[in-house]
Amino acid sequence: MKEIYMDHVATNPLHPEALEAMLPYFKEHFGNPLSLYEPGIKAREAIENARASTASLINAKANEIIFTSSGAESNNFALKGIAFANQNKGKHIIISKIEHHSILNSARFLEKSGFAVTYLPVDKYGVIDPAIVEKAITKETILISIIHASPEIGTIEPIAEIGKIARQKGIIFHTDAVASVGNIPVDIQPLNADLLSFAAHQFYGPKGAGALYLREGTRIVPLIYGGIQEGGRRAGTENVPAIVGMGKAAELAKRDLQKRINHVKSLRDKLISNALKVEKVYLTGHPEQRLPGHASFVVEYIEGEAMLLLLAGKGIYAASGSACSSKALKASPVLISIGTPAHLAQGSVVFTLSEGTTEEEINYFNEVFPQIINQLRKISPFAKGWGDMEDKTCTPRK
Amino acid sequence: MQIPEVSSKVQNNIQLMFIDKPIEADATTDIIYMMCPMHLLIIDQKTKELKVGQILAVLTDYDGALEDIPAWCIKTGNEFLGVYEAEDHYKFYVRKLIEKSCIYKET
Repeated sequence: MKEIYMDHVATNPLHPEALEAMLPYFKEHFGNPLSLYEPGIKAREAIENARASTASLINAKANEIIFTSSGAESNNFALKGIAFANQNKGKHIIISKIEHHSILNSARFLEKSGFAVTYLPVDKYGVIDPAIVEKAITKETILISIIHASPEIGTIEPIAEIGKIARQKGIIFHTDAVASVGNIPVDIQPLNADLLSFAAHQFYGPKGAGALYLREGTRIVPLIYGGIQEGGRRAGTENVPAIVGMGKAAELAKRDLQKRINHVKSLRDKLISNALKVEKVYLTGHPEQRLPGHASFVVEYIEGEAMLLLLAGKGIYAASGSACSSKALKASPVLISIGTPAHLAQGSVVFTLSEGTTEEEINYFNEVFPQIINQLRKISPFAKGWGDMEDKTCTPRK
Repeated sequence: MQIPEVSSKVQNNIQLMFIDKPIEADATTDIIYMMCPMHLLIIDQKTKELKVGQILAVLTDYDGALEDIPAWCIKTGNEFLGVYEAEDHYKFYVRKLIEKSCIYKET
C-alpha cells in the first residue's frame, strides 16, 4: 500500500542536505562551542554560520536570533520573558483566541502570576481585525502577541497592520510564525514585530531546533539561566547538530520558497475544490488568505478521528486539528472561535501538503476521501439529522 | 535599589564610586536581566570596539557587577569612572585606557 503523508503542519522529514550538514557535528566536530580550543571553535563557527542563514530567512540581523529547542519554547520565552521584563510598566497582555497552546497556556500562567490577559475574538475566517487590537490596548498594555498563520485553519493574519499599531503605541509585539516561516515569505521588517517565533522542522530542518527573533535593544528575562550561551539569554550547551541543520534548512527554504509555494498551492486548490463537491463539507479558515499547502474542513455528521482512522487504513496520514484537541476529543477552541457549532467542530480534518506531494497522490486522495465520507455517513447515527445534538446556541461570526 | 552586601575588601571603594548623575558615554551596552558572567564578557567585547580614551556605559541589574566591574578595571588597566544608580538598574562607566584589555582568549 502506498503511503501518503498529508500532515506537514505537524512535522516534515529532514531534508537530505540538512542531514548531510549535521552529520559531522555528531562525530568529528563534537566540541563544546564554548571551549577555546580547535574543536570548540569549529562548533562555534558552525553555530554562527547557522545563525546568519537562519536570520537571513526572515531578513533579520544574525545577532537578533536566539536558538531554542522548539517553537513552543520560543513562544514561552517571548511571552514570559517580555512580561517579566516589563512588569514595572504595566501588567496587561493582548493575545487572540486562536493562538497555539504554547501561547495560550503561557498567558494563563501569566494570569496566575498577576498579569491581565485580553483574548481577542476573530471573524468567521479566523481573521483578527487590527481595529479590535487597537481598541483592546490600555495604558497598562506591555505586550501584544498574535499568531502569524493558524496551523489549524490556515488563515494568515494581518500581522503588518497589527505590528504598525503596536509600534505606534510603543507596545512590544510578538508573532508566533511557526506555521508560516519557510512556507510563505516572512520579512521581519515590514511586519513591525519585535519578536517572532519559528521552528526548523516546519521547513525540513530537524526537530529540537527553534529560534526566537528578538529585535536588537529589546530587553527580555531569560527562561533558562546558566552559562553565556546565546548571549546569556538562553543557557545550556547548544544542540550543535540541530542548529546546523536549522541553518541549512533555512538556506534551502530561502532558495526554494517560491517554487515550493507554487507547487503546493495548485495541488491544494485541486484538493479543496474536489472535497467541497461532497455534500455538507465546509472549508474552515480563509478561502484565499491561507497557507499555500493548507486545506482544512469540517465534515458534517461524522467525526474527524473516524475519518483519520479510515484514511490511515488507505495509507493517507492527516490530522483532525490541534493535537491537544484531538487527544482529548474536545471541540477545538479555534473552530469554536470562528463560530463553528460544537456538533460540526467534531468533524474537523486538516490536510497539509509539501513540495514532496505529487499530483498522483492528490488524485488518489480525491478518489478516496469522498468514499470514506460516504462510508462513515452510512453508519453515523446522525446521518438523518442531528436531532437534539445540534448546537443551536452558536451563531457563526460575520 | 538596595545595595547588596559585598566583601569588605571592596565595600569602601564601591561606596565612593557612586555618582550623582549619568555620564555621557561613547557607547552603551544594555545587559539588564542577564546574569554572571555576561557583564564581564560584554565589557571585554565592547571595550575592544572602542578607541583609547572613549567611555563605555554598561547597564545591568546584576548586583555582582558592583564587585566585578571595578575589579575587571583594576585587572585590565582600564579606568572605572563610577556607577550611577538608576531606578531599577545600575549604569557603570568605564574609560578605555589601553588598546589590549582582553582577559579572555581572542577568537
